[in-house]
Amino acid sequence: MVDRIADIWGTRTPFGRGELWPVRVDSKLEEGLDEADVDRWVQSACVLCSNGCACDIAVKDGRMVGIRGRSADTVNHGRLGPKGLFGSVPGMQSRDRLTRPLIRVDGALVETDWDTAMGRIVDRSTALLAEKGPLSHGFYTSGQLFLEEYYALGILGKAGIGTPHMDGNTRLCTATAATAMKESFGSDGQPGSYRDIDDCEAMFLFGHNMAETQTVLWARVLDRLAGPDRPLVVCIDPRETEVARHADIHLAVHPGTNVALLNGLIRELFVNGWIDDDYITAHTIGVDELRSTVERWTPEAVADTCGVSAADVRQAARIFGTSERVLSTVLQGFYQSAQATAAACQVNNLHLLTGKLGRAGAGVLQMNGQPTAQNARECGADGDLPGFRNWENPAHVRELAELWGVHVDKIPHWAPPTHAMQIFRYVEQGSIELLWISATNPAVSMPQSARIREILDRDGLFLIVQDLYLTETARFADVVLPAAGWGEKQGAFTNVNRTVHLSDKAVDPPGEARSDLDIFLDYSRRMDFRRDDGSPLLDWTGPEDGFRAWQECTRGRLCDYTGISYEKLRDGSGIPWPCNDEHPDGTLRLYADGHFPTELDRAESYGHDLLTGATVGREAFSAMRIDGRALLKPAPAIPAHETPTAEFPLRYTTGRTAYQFHTRTKTRRSRQLDRAAPSAWIEISSADARDLGIAEGDIVRVSSSHGEIVVPARVGGVREGCVFAPFHYGYWQDERSGPDGRPSAANELTRTEWDPVSKQPLFKVAAVRVQKVADGRGPAPAPTTAASRPSDPSVPPTIGGPDAEVVETVRPTAPPLTPDDHRDEGAA
Amino acid sequence: MRLPVYLGLLHGGERALAESFRQVADGHGDEPDVLSLCRTLADQCDRHESALGPIIDRYGEQPDDEPERFHAAALTETRTGGLGLLRDLQDVYLLATLVDMTWTLVKQAGQALRDDELLAVVAACEAETAVQLRWLSTRMKQAAPQALLVAS
Repeated sequence: MVDRIADIWGTRTPFGRGELWPVRVDSKLEEGLDEADVDRWVQSACVLCSNGCACDIAVKDGRMVGIRGRSADTVNHGRLGPKGLFGSVPGMQSRDRLTRPLIRVDGALVETDWDTAMGRIVDRSTALLAEKGPLSHGFYTSGQLFLEEYYALGILGKAGIGTPHMDGNTRLCTATAATAMKESFGSDGQPGSYRDIDDCEAMFLFGHNMAETQTVLWARVLDRLAGPDRPLVVCIDPRETEVARHADIHLAVHPGTNVALLNGLIRELFVNGWIDDDYITAHTIGVDELRSTVERWTPEAVADTCGVSAADVRQAARIFGTSERVLSTVLQGFYQSAQATAAACQVNNLHLLTGKLGRAGAGVLQMNGQPTAQNARECGADGDLPGFRNWENPAHVRELAELWGVHVDKIPHWAPPTHAMQIFRYVEQGSIELLWISATNPAVSMPQSARIREILDRDGLFLIVQDLYLTETARFADVVLPAAGWGEKQGAFTNVNRTVHLSDKAVDPPGEARSDLDIFLDYSRRMDFRRDDGSPLLDWTGPEDGFRAWQECTRGRLCDYTGISYEKLRDGSGIPWPCNDEHPDGTLRLYADGHFPTELDRAESYGHDLLTGATVGREAFSAMRIDGRALLKPAPAIPAHETPTAEFPLRYTTGRTAYQFHTRTKTRRSRQLDRAAPSAWIEISSADARDLGIAEGDIVRVSSSHGEIVVPARVGGVREGCVFAPFHYGYWQDERSGPDGRPSAANELTRTEWDPVSKQPLFKVAAVRVQKVADGRGPAPAPTTAASRPSDPSVPPTIGGPDAEVVETVRPTAPPLTPDDHRDEGAA
Repeated sequence: MRLPVYLGLLHGGERALAESFRQVADGHGDEPDVLSLCRTLADQCDRHESALGPIIDRYGEQPDDEPERFHAAALTETRTGGLGLLRDLQDVYLLATLVDMTWTLVKQAGQALRDDELLAVVAACEAETAVQLRWLSTRMKQAAPQALLVAS
């Protein structure tokens, strides 16, 4: 038994380069139960981070009682992380689940039945459509529903109502990943595979605290680091994260200077001849402009702007340039910072310039923040058209109109679908009057919380919130719909490396709660949305109908699901798309042949100017004759818009801890996770703490021009001049929708600004000041196990004790094989 | 030689465009993308103006003798609301169009003169002006349906 609160990543199973990652099956059952007590195991995958670990849910007497990793799955080889182990089941089974719909009566939310609640929605919706038309409706969904649910939402919004105002909270976590791939490769679609960790000689983690955001993926890296031929690791992060501690080079850049660093790395590749001229000529366009854009970024210029050493810049570039197989991963340190898309594209450029793409160990993982973010992107629920279709391509829109049986002009395509921040702006201005929020909590997760609360509370807004619990956001609603969640409904979803999993229904939802799919189908039925031939727009009887409809939508597209079925997803491993007649076992890596979906009729986007977000347009894109080559898009580095001042001298960044997910709606309901990281804190460097007279655990006020929080301080490994805050800690546990005199949510301080291309909000560029307000009564409530580690060695370590003991079975079976391994076997 | 008239037009046009971007940024600060991008583009116009300096030092600049017909005045105030944003961006678009065509015509003269220094300045600036136009167009097209159909 292993205490997986104290040891986040679990027992090491070292392996060498090119070997298969050994299996280790992790399982956690309710106290007093062992596997013999379990009635049945129901197949699923974990939804408490973006990694997509396959698991089985233990069911006893009609209740979920535990979880076990699936040894046969290529994503996790049996492992689960602390959130999955301790949070999955308790997160669903808390006594305070919503079990009946609520409607607002005389200012208060009261219980009602489904007919009444849905009747209210349909009345308001119908009246608004008649009076103001489709642009009065907005939908803000999640990165945590199943693909059938997103696709239903996409259809009813685009072909039923006809509104362009649809987005997901994926805008906050993964929009830049999708956009960067569209800009560089012509389409969304992850080039690399987790399998590349097994084969690489060097790994670059760009703003990616993998050790806490995807703990099982990091366990795979740790196992490589513990084995022979360990890969070199380069970490770009202003914090002393667990990744940084294992890195050969740690570039602790000033927040907001990523493009300068990347331009410097690219320049070194050119200067030292570490580029692949043949690959560049055959498979890319734009090399000359890129070369001249990076020209001024000498290692010394980078050192000056980014606050790192020139020697480290040179050495990092040397590692990239001289290692045959390099894997890069990118996450929020790039996606939520200044010039997000521009920076993420430069990572793609490193690989395109060197031809390190589409081969074992050589690839890019533009990461996601949530378990089903990929599906929100694919299915048209988040500001894209379904199946990676291009809103600027009339033929693509026509395909959708044919699939859905509606006139092509019913589907809004005069501009890109409206992004989340703009949807909230339209609500603020009163032009969107019906906002339907599903499975997300913007009152805590969106920037500048005070403003978001005002918007949600606006007179004249009809707010529908569909969730498991009464979140901060739900407290503002006019109608609250109780949703069924993980283990209580069926559906499929897709992780960062395109692997599709099926999640079966293990138990009935509590009370009258219904799946998000049933709710959307019910709304469509009650609104009487029809195809042009008079038949119902959404006639699905359940999720499998939705899956089949989705397969048709993906036929021939890059994200081709036509070779996958619920049946095929049962028992074995998840399957990476594209999976079709040509690739019946799925596809491990994209772009092995250096051919990219940039043809005029295939591209998901015709691209943007990286500085402004101005669209390139069909004509100009066509004139470039890209024709299957990738685009080397350059970006000049510009200074961040909000920089430290005398009044607000420190830079503020936000992020995650390994023990909590999002706004803790599930993870706080787990005893073990709650104890490990119970309440908010901020982190400050030893040097800044000394200057400000702050000791470990002291209560501090952190202020920006937008608000303040008052929380304990952890004196630790953040870069000097920076302050870090975890973004998980809102107010619902005290039955509040906002601070009410006790502000703790990280987003009280952030400002409303977004990347001009991906429209992802910038959470990591605010300027703040920190003042001590009271002596502490003990250490800050921050874990000691990862990036939040204290400088003071006397702080007691974070442990879980007997409650957190997990059964780990090391190497019970041989490792699962990927589609490529199968092919190799066949060839042999 | 009347090139100095066009250099003057360009000089005044870039300055008016910079002022107008700043005016829109300040007036529509509640639109975060408009605020930050208009400031970025105003800085870009400032750089264009300074890049013209050495050229103007050589050729001089003459005042436009038809001010009522080639009017490149900056916005002096901004409107409010969704419709107001649209109108203001469209005003800036008109001004940017004037600047864009002025670069084109100065480039024509530069080619006929075989003035490499002038052509290098044009090459650096005219592409950025073109992107400014494209951004303005992109942003207006996105905003128009909401502003014209549902905004109060």
